[in-house]
Amino acid sequence: MTAELGHFALVAAFVLAAVQMSVPLWGAAKGDLGLMELARTTAIGQFLLIILSFAALVNAFVVSDFSVLNVVQNSHSTKPLLYKISGAWGNHEGSLLLWVLILALFGAMVAAFGRNLPPSLRARTLSVQAMIAFGFMAFMIFTSNPFDRSLPAPADGQGLNPLLQDPGLAFHPPFLYFGYVGLSIAFSFAVAALIEGKVDAAWACWVRPWTLAAWCGLTVGIGLGSWWAYYELGWGGFWFWDPVENASFIPWLCATALLHSAIVVEKRDALKSWTILLAIIAFSMSLLGTFLVRSGVLTSVHAFATDPERGVFILALLGVAIGGSLTLYAIRAPALQAGGLFQPISREGGLLLNNLFLSAAAGTVLLGTLYPLFLDVLDAGKVSVGPPYFNATFGPLMAPVLVAMVIGPFLSWKRADLGHALIRLWMALAAAAIAIALVLIYSGVKGVLPALGVGAAVWIIVGTLVEFADRIKLGRAPLGESVRRLRRQPRSAYGMTTAHIGVGLVVAGVLGATVFKTESIQVMRPGDTVVVAGYGFTLDRVEDIRGANYVAERAVFRLSSDGVEFAAVNAERRNYPVERQQTTEAGIHTTWFADLYAVVGEGDSRNGWTTRIYHNPLVPWIWLGTIVMAIGGAISLTDRRLRIGAPTTRRAKGAASNDGPVPAGAD
Amino acid sequence: MRSRKRQRLWLVSIGVLLLGGAAALALTAFEDNLVFFHSPSDLKAGKAEVGQLIRIGGLVEDGSIARQPGTAITAFRVTDGAATATVTYEGILPDLFREGQGVVVRGRLLADGAFQGVEVLAKHDENYMPPEVADALKKSGHWKMGEDAPPKGAGS
Repeated sequence: MTAELGHFALVAAFVLAAVQMSVPLWGAAKGDLGLMELARTTAIGQFLLIILSFAALVNAFVVSDFSVLNVVQNSHSTKPLLYKISGAWGNHEGSLLLWVLILALFGAMVAAFGRNLPPSLRARTLSVQAMIAFGFMAFMIFTSNPFDRSLPAPADGQGLNPLLQDPGLAFHPPFLYFGYVGLSIAFSFAVAALIEGKVDAAWACWVRPWTLAAWCGLTVGIGLGSWWAYYELGWGGFWFWDPVENASFIPWLCATALLHSAIVVEKRDALKSWTILLAIIAFSMSLLGTFLVRSGVLTSVHAFATDPERGVFILALLGVAIGGSLTLYAIRAPALQAGGLFQPISREGGLLLNNLFLSAAAGTVLLGTLYPLFLDVLDAGKVSVGPPYFNATFGPLMAPVLVAMVIGPFLSWKRADLGHALIRLWMALAAAAIAIALVLIYSGVKGVLPALGVGAAVWIIVGTLVEFADRIKLGRAPLGESVRRLRRQPRSAYGMTTAHIGVGLVVAGVLGATVFKTESIQVMRPGDTVVVAGYGFTLDRVEDIRGANYVAERAVFRLSSDGVEFAAVNAERRNYPVERQQTTEAGIHTTWFADLYAVVGEGDSRNGWTTRIYHNPLVPWIWLGTIVMAIGGAISLTDRRLRIGAPTTRRAKGAASNDGPVPAGAD
Repeated sequence: MRSRKRQRLWLVSIGVLLLGGAAALALTAFEDNLVFFHSPSDLKAGKAEVGQLIRIGGLVEDGSIARQPGTAITAFRVTDGAATATVTYEGILPDLFREGQGVVVRGRLLADGAFQGVEVLAKHDENYMPPEVADALKKSGHWKMGEDAPPKGAGS
């Protein structure tokens, strides 16, 4: 029964979306407040219905209702509870329901918290949001119904891909979707603004918190995905430039650019038309990613659907959404009023530079992702574009951003003095130079690029701290004055500092994991010791163990440093009998400055086991940095200026007397 | 208004410059880093250059997997039904690597005709058949329709 209830709720939400996408739009055109208000009621109603539908699906998984086809295909009665629940979105149909749930969540949040939005803008935004929801619900109802029955019900299910049975991956989709789909609201705001024909500072102020929230979710989601790949796939890597990873990374780059350009709109009323375009592109990239991942044109762990009909449907949705919004943009954007002027060397200039480079980087990643598909369609041969391409394009394009992100906050609006900013950054310059010299002399790694990379990480972290110290006049004013300034800093300033430090940590971690890692492959018998980067890995024993729904061969490694044992790690090869699949679990010991990482391969007691051992310096910083970035975003989100409906009454209190530039807000 | 025009001019020129730079960067990177796919038949026909990084794919031939004792090197043969290629790989083979399974290997062709694998991909699902492999099998006429028709990617 619950399955029918879920299905019914989904159809009801679909009908409600149809109302929401048309009536308020018409109301806004006519100036009818009552019809516009309908958008709020329907948005919240739609959200509640989809919650009900989603709950019904989760329930079917939890109670192992094998009369539901989706449960049969993706669950099993012996599966641990967590994975029964996460199995609900670990498949094509369920993940779409999650997609729609988050779409509706953002709509409902705007309806609930957007009290201070002009009614027409709110109505139009919610209408556009409903159009997207309508398209996706149609897709579900007509091609991918999660509530299809399987009668007579089989005795048990087929299980969930064991690779997906992992805590990191259980939460990866909800976070990722929160970001991915959350960008829809920036898109809806942009389209609504185009319909209204008006973009001003208030608009940017309204749209920014939503983008920021989505960006935080996306950051955490990508982080979780990469963490999972690191410890679960057993290749010691954290990022493979896999098309599916790129599909989430491109929207992230666009969203990051959007966050920064919205500051310029808000503070200086400039770059408006560009910001609108960016909002459209960011969500278009989410849609494109959904298409790539879900249509089966790419084969990967994410490609649940390989039914061509579904691919065509998503492609059509994609065409309507992107084509429609860009057409509207082409018609309306020229009518937008041009905003404030600024010199190339200025805060605006810095943020613009950030935007151009981030967009160009997103473009090259997109090109590398789609190129093999193009060639394949043209029948011009099968190629793959590997990490070297992305390293060769993405790296050089990001380098200027990393340098500029420290200088930017020192520049004042409209016109600034670069030399002055650099003088104030002498400490960061010195620290970076020392770091580069140290790496060149001591690390033994060939080439200047790794050293420059380390320099960049140090530059970002120290420079960002210097900027914050400068802002509170630390050391230049009496301590009491500094403390007072510290307390008066807007939350967005704390947010920016935190997020930028997070970037520095990620850069350091990425370098450690790629340039400075050590790796060793060999055959080991119990008692054998291998020394990697000064750490001894002794294979203690290999034993058979039994888990909840798998059996495994577990290799226990004892770790030692200078002959002193300090830890042990377990590496496993698991065998899932229901799914008839094997997985590898890496044994990882982290010191927070490095990971000691061991994987066991095939073998037996006579010939020994193949083992692969890594020393990955600074790797944990990648995920630490990711979390720090997301926390920075969250801090900035609590800024009262950004709290929904509190536009432009900023800095009414005495803090306005900074002698430095005005805080950029959380970028 | 003059200054507004000037602002637009430098904005656009920076944008164009950057776009051009990014395009140039991407094109040169493509030139060096595209990895082409070949079937064992292609290798036999001499379509691949020795020493260049390529990908090959096919089925792991039954009974061809041999571990070299005392090392982490495994040798196996990849077949598309018409031709086979001998592959050596040092390291841990993926979880789903087994005889009769579709596999894609990234690596280099050696002068003696053997293929040295850098990375072996046998991904995610036992029913999964890499599309390149399915194509190669179709081309060589060894595609078994029916019970074996794999490219499903079912559930993974």
